This record gives sequence, C-alpha cells and structure tokens, in this order.
Amino acid sequence: MTRNQMKAKVLEVLGEIAPEVDLQAIEPDTDFREQMDIDSMDYLNFVIKLDEEFKANIPERAYTRFVSLNACVDQLESILSQRPRG
Amino acid sequence: MTEKTRTTYRDAVRSALREALSGDDRVFLMGEDVGRYGGAYACSHGLLAEFGEKRIRDTPLSESAFVGAGIGAALGGMRPIVEIMTVNFSLLALDQIVNNAATLRHMSGGQFSVPIVVRVATGGGRQLGAQHSHSLENWYAHIPGIKVLTPGTVTDARWMLGEALKDPDPVFIFEHALLYPVEDDIEEDRTAFDPWKAKVRRSGRDVSLITYGGSLHKCLNAAAELSADGIEAEVVDLRSLRPLDTGSILGSVSRTHRAVVVDEGWRTGSIAAEVMAQIMEGAFDELDVPVRRVCSEEVPMPYAKHLEDAALPQPEKIVAAVKEMF
Amino acid sequence: MAEFRMPSLGADMTAGTLIGWMKGVGERVSRGDIIAEVDTDKGVIEVEVFTDGVIDKLLIEPGSKVPVGTVLAIIDEESPTDEDKQSSNSQGTSAVSEPTRLPRERAVSTGRRLASPAARKLAESLGIDLTKIEGTGPKGRIQLGDVQSAAKILNATSSEAVARIDSKTDRSARMRAAIASAMTRSKREIPHYYLHTTIDLTRALEWLDAENTGRAIKDRILYNVLLIKAVAIALRDVPELNGSWEDGRLNINESVNIGVAISVRQGGLAAPALFEADKKSLGQLMLELRDLVERTRASALRSSELSEPTITVTSLGDQNVETVFGVIYPPQVALVGFGKIIERPMIVDGTVQPRQLINATLSADHRASDGHRGGSFLSAIVRVLQEPEKL
Repeated sequence: MTRNQMKAKVLEVLGEIAPEVDLQAIEPDTDFREQMDIDSMDYLNFVIKLDEEFKANIPERAYTRFVSLNACVDQLESILSQRPRG
Repeated sequence: MTEKTRTTYRDAVRSALREALSGDDRVFLMGEDVGRYGGAYACSHGLLAEFGEKRIRDTPLSESAFVGAGIGAALGGMRPIVEIMTVNFSLLALDQIVNNAATLRHMSGGQFSVPIVVRVATGGGRQLGAQHSHSLENWYAHIPGIKVLTPGTVTDARWMLGEALKDPDPVFIFEHALLYPVEDDIEEDRTAFDPWKAKVRRSGRDVSLITYGGSLHKCLNAAAELSADGIEAEVVDLRSLRPLDTGSILGSVSRTHRAVVVDEGWRTGSIAAEVMAQIMEGAFDELDVPVRRVCSEEVPMPYAKHLEDAALPQPEKIVAAVKEMF
Repeated sequence: MAEFRMPSLGADMTAGTLIGWMKGVGERVSRGDIIAEVDTDKGVIEVEVFTDGVIDKLLIEPGSKVPVGTVLAIIDEESPTDEDKQSSNSQGTSAVSEPTRLPRERAVSTGRRLASPAARKLAESLGIDLTKIEGTGPKGRIQLGDVQSAAKILNATSSEAVARIDSKTDRSARMRAAIASAMTRSKREIPHYYLHTTIDLTRALEWLDAENTGRAIKDRILYNVLLIKAVAIALRDVPELNGSWEDGRLNINESVNIGVAISVRQGGLAAPALFEADKKSLGQLMLELRDLVERTRASALRSSELSEPTITVTSLGDQNVETVFGVIYPPQVALVGFGKIIERPMIVDGTVQPRQLINATLSADHRASDGHRGGSFLSAIVRVLQEPEKL
C-alpha cells in the first residue's frame, strides 16, 4: 500500500468517526484535536478502527501517537513494516 | 517486606504443634503412635521428649475411644489436638464426631462447647490401596457443628492449627499426605491470616480453577501449562470447606465466566458438586459455559501405580477439561 | 388485558410520534422486548414493553403524534399464540412416531436459542435479539464474544435506519428545546448546592496504564470509566444522592444507574443510563459506554436508558474545562462533574511532587440531601479512587 492509499484510508476512517468534518481541508501535520471536535472516546474508536482496517495489531505504547494525518501514516507504516510477511 | 522461612509442610505442622503446646497448658496431643514413634508422618517427632507423656499421649488402636476421650477432655476445659492416622480410620469415630462433638453445643442449649481440634491425614497417590487413600473431607463438611480446614500450602499448615484452637467448636484439619514433604516459604507475617477465607493463588481472566488441599498444586501446574497456550487460569484455593467462602468463589467466576472445580473426592456428592451448586445459585448469569469438575474416578482406589494415577485428578485432566470450554 | 401507553422518557417529554411498530397483532412479546420506535426530542427511541403476552390490538397508526399516557396498544396477557397451539398439537400426534423431532420443533416454536447465561445477560442489557445471532460455541451456543461482535454490527445498521426519519437540523432544534425545558425546570425548582474537591488521580492513572498494557486496543479502558465506577461505588455510602425527588419526597433508588452526559456532534446532549454501574467490571462498563456513545450519536437509544438514570455524571476534561458546575437533570437529585486532568506540584509526604489532579464537583438538590452528606459522598469518591485495583 502506498502512502497516498494509506492517507485515503485514514481519512475514510476519520470520516466515519466525525461525519461533519470536511476531509479535504485537513492539515496533514496539525493535531486532529485542533481541527475538529474529537474527544477521548472518538479517539479510541478512531484507533480501534485503524487497527481493524489495517489489521495492524497496534501496540499499546503507540496508542497516543495517532494525532495527525501524517503521524497516522508514519505510525502505520512503521508497524506494518516490522511485521513478518506471509 | 514480609519475612519468609523455607521449610517443609511436615515441619510447619510440627512448629504449629510446638507453638500450641508451649503457649497453652490446656493443649495436649493424642493419637496412635504420636509419641514414641513420632507420628505416622513424623509430624510430632521429638515432641514427646520435649513435652513429656502427659502432653504427648500414645493411644490404643481405637479411634472411637480416643476421639471420645478428646471430646470429654474438651468439655472438661482442655484444648485437645487429636491426630487420626488416615481419614478411613476416622470412620470408626463417626458416632463420637457426628453425635457428640457436632451436637453438644446445640443439645446443651449453649452451655457446653467442644473446643477439640482433630488432625486427619487424607488423600491418595501413595499406592496405599483402596482402604487408605480416601478423600472424605466432604463428609465432614456436610455436618453442621463442625468446621473443616484443608491447608494446601506450607504457610497454611503453619498457621491454621493456632486459629483452629482459638475456635470454641470442633475443627477438623485435613492434611493431604502427599503434601508433608513439600518445601516452601512460610509467610511469617500472620497479622492478616484468616483461615476461613478462600485465596486466589494465581490470577487469571479466562477460567477459574477452584480447588483445595492436595489438588492445589495440580491446579497450579495445570494453570502454568494453560498459560503457555494463551489461557490464563485463576486458581482459587478454598482453604475452608465449612464454612465455604462463597463470596470469593462467585467473585472469581464473575471475573472469568468459566469454572472448573477440582477435588480429589469421588465425583458424586463431592465438595465439587456443592461448589457447582453455589455457582448456579449465585452466579448463573455470569456463566459462559457449563461448570465442569475434575474429581476422582468412581472406583475403590487401585493399588497399581498407573491405575491409581488414572483414577486421581491430574494436571492433564484439568488442562483437557479447560480446553473443552474454549 | 394490559394497556401499552406512550411512555414518558424524561421530565421534559409531553408527547411523542410513533415511528413504527416492531411487533404485529398476534405476536408474543415479553418484558424488555422492543415493541415500537418513538420519535422524541431526544431522537428515535426504541420503546420496551413491560408485560408478557400477545399483542391484541394496535390502536395508533405510525406517524401520529400523541400525548404521553395515550394508550397505543392492547396486550393480552393470557392467550397462547398460534405457534404454541401448533406445537402442542404436534406433540400429541407425532411424539410416538417421531420422538426425535420434538426438541427441534419446540426450539423453533419458542424461538429459544442456546445461549450462555452471560451472553443472555449482555444481550439483554444491550437490547440485542438472540435469535438474530450466530453462536460459535459448542452445539452452536451463543457466547459472550458472539454478542459483543453482534453489538458492533447492529449499531452500524441501526444508525443507517435512523437516517430516514427527518432532517438533522430539525432534530437538533428540537433537542435544544428539550434541554431548555429540562434545565429551566431544574433551575426553577431545584435548590442546588455545590461542593468541590480536587482528587489526586496519580495512582489510579498509573494503575490504569498498567491495566491497559495487558489489553488489546479494542479492550482499552478510558479513565472516565474509573470515575463512573467510583461514583457508583461511592453512592453505596450516601444512597440519598441516588434517586429522584417527586411529589415532594425523595425516592432512593436501589439500582445505581449512572446517566452519562454524552454530547451529540454539532450540539445537544443526552444522558442515557449505564445500568447497575456499581456491580459491573470496568471492562464491561467500557464496552457499554462505547455502545451508549455510539447509539447516542446515532439516535438509537432505548426508552429505559432515558427514563431510568438515577444520577448524572458529566466530564468535560476533553474540552480543557478545569471545573464543572453542573445543573441537575430533574427529577434526579444530584450530578457529579469532572474537569480535565492537570499535572501540578503537590506536597506528598513532605516533598513536592508532580501529581495528576482532577477537579470533582457535586451539584446536589438541597431538598433531598445536605452539604454534610454531600461531603461524605465526595470523600468516598476520593477514597475509592485511591484504590483503583479494587474497582
């Protein structure tokens, strides 16, 4: 999966959590919480959905790191690349 | 930090006896071979020399007589500790136990109590054949008026006797004979020691293994094996069969939603059956699978080693019973 | 014959619109079944029935708006259903020749599925119909995990179903009006008193971190659940804060049903109940809270969740609020507010240490309780939160 495909998917998940948000206007390096109304429950649901969508098995220590669009992609890339293939 | 001393279960029982004899002149030990021979399981070895014949009394081979004498002494103000060599011999004293020890407080309208402590060796696994391998502690737990303790650890062996002697009513302590040589640390801090409450010996979220006495270590071994397969078993040591600590049983089942009761008694009418009934009455809504039990096969205990092993609960049987729940 | 009436789903509700019947004439219903969907100011609510029986008549057409208390349907508590009659006939005729068919036929006619008690309990609390779930346990038995996964799927579909009702702006305007009415009544009728304390959450948060380390992401517990459970347990010490003030007297509720204030996106809120929160594990409460949040935002709450909370908990920590001074939701008699967690220096054992602090506020009805008891309640919350492992 390319970074752009990952971005698209992360945005799709974000759209499910916060349907009112204009996904086109998201600043990729700015904290989501500064751009939209997201509380701790939304954030948890967001990470759970990312975990499911990407079958990533996100480790606990990474839980707090999915704060912006680029951060999400970086984290997912790093987690998925460390996983043995097949 | 709590202070710890490493010792055997047998030595822990002896220390408990010595402490009781030293601390209270009313306490004496009575039973078959407890004096000159030092006890069938060597629990009282050396005590005769230390405390003399009046305090460490060898008795004739008549359980009815010496249990009866113990009850009489208790009524007379003494604090007797009676040792019965194995649980099958205790059957000869059942009339004294059921009709006298258990009832006299009730029948005297509270005027008399029977502060006797009876220590009984119990359990199989030692190739002693069908007549010396029973686990009949559930029979005694059935009788109102008697309390039943089953120390499964060295620490419990060390401290339960003292607590039993404090009780104004008859207390039976069942010591699984396979435990005597077991070595472990004693928790020296007894300030919070309560023999009447069950204890979680290992925490786990997936299944509760509820057990006592000689089966405790089998459950801990089974739990370790299950953990390697990703199943986290909680091991609950009942410790007291009467009164039964129902709250702890239900608490554990409410956490794990699965329970296996492990008990060396025969399956039908076992303590395991009682625990299962308590779970049905108190935690029905918490169950995710039917409760199971691992008990002894319903046969007289075989003498042959491989058959005896097959008849008793074993870690493999416990592991198999748990795995069928998932 | 029993009458099924338009229920009151909160002090502010005067009327509701019947959206549709979930059961038809002749169908058997039992206590707790969802019988109808009603549109209220709080969104579309699934309404439960409180009697066992067979639906005899449906009196109101979907689409009608009727006042609270209007009889909507008649339920016959006696008569057996057609299916019951059939099954008793078949027992009479086929029992001898085909005895093996009996259990299967009976299973079909009662609609009873093999399900573990724990699964049944969870399904009931989430309002999930067991007949619609596949069991993966032995003999196809439905187990806890099956209900948990079904809960997720059902939530996703019910949020779609709600979209057909009416426009969002209309809903949000009506919710605004409902909140206005309830809050006006509260400030007009309830003599509030307020107590505030600061709680050291350091130990609780450390414990929670360790607890979460052992959990999968989807089973992660948020600290809000600790606060909810702590409030629930503290109410055992001061039960007079758990109930309602009605007809000039306090009714103390035996069950602790914590109404959790949940904001709706783009404005508005509801405070549906986490039932018997004092008796549930943190994991279970977390599961139910996630479900409640999802359903609140999808307008798919059930009637008992709105009518039966016994106290409200609100947490505005995510919004950078330090201290909440809440308005009680009538007829309840108390509300607990939590602010955000702030790291501040504090003197512990004679040394200055960085500690995680949170402000807790009690708003309570002075008719029902006094400041002394309110203080005991806050103390109990503080105490309970210092021993997180016991929660």
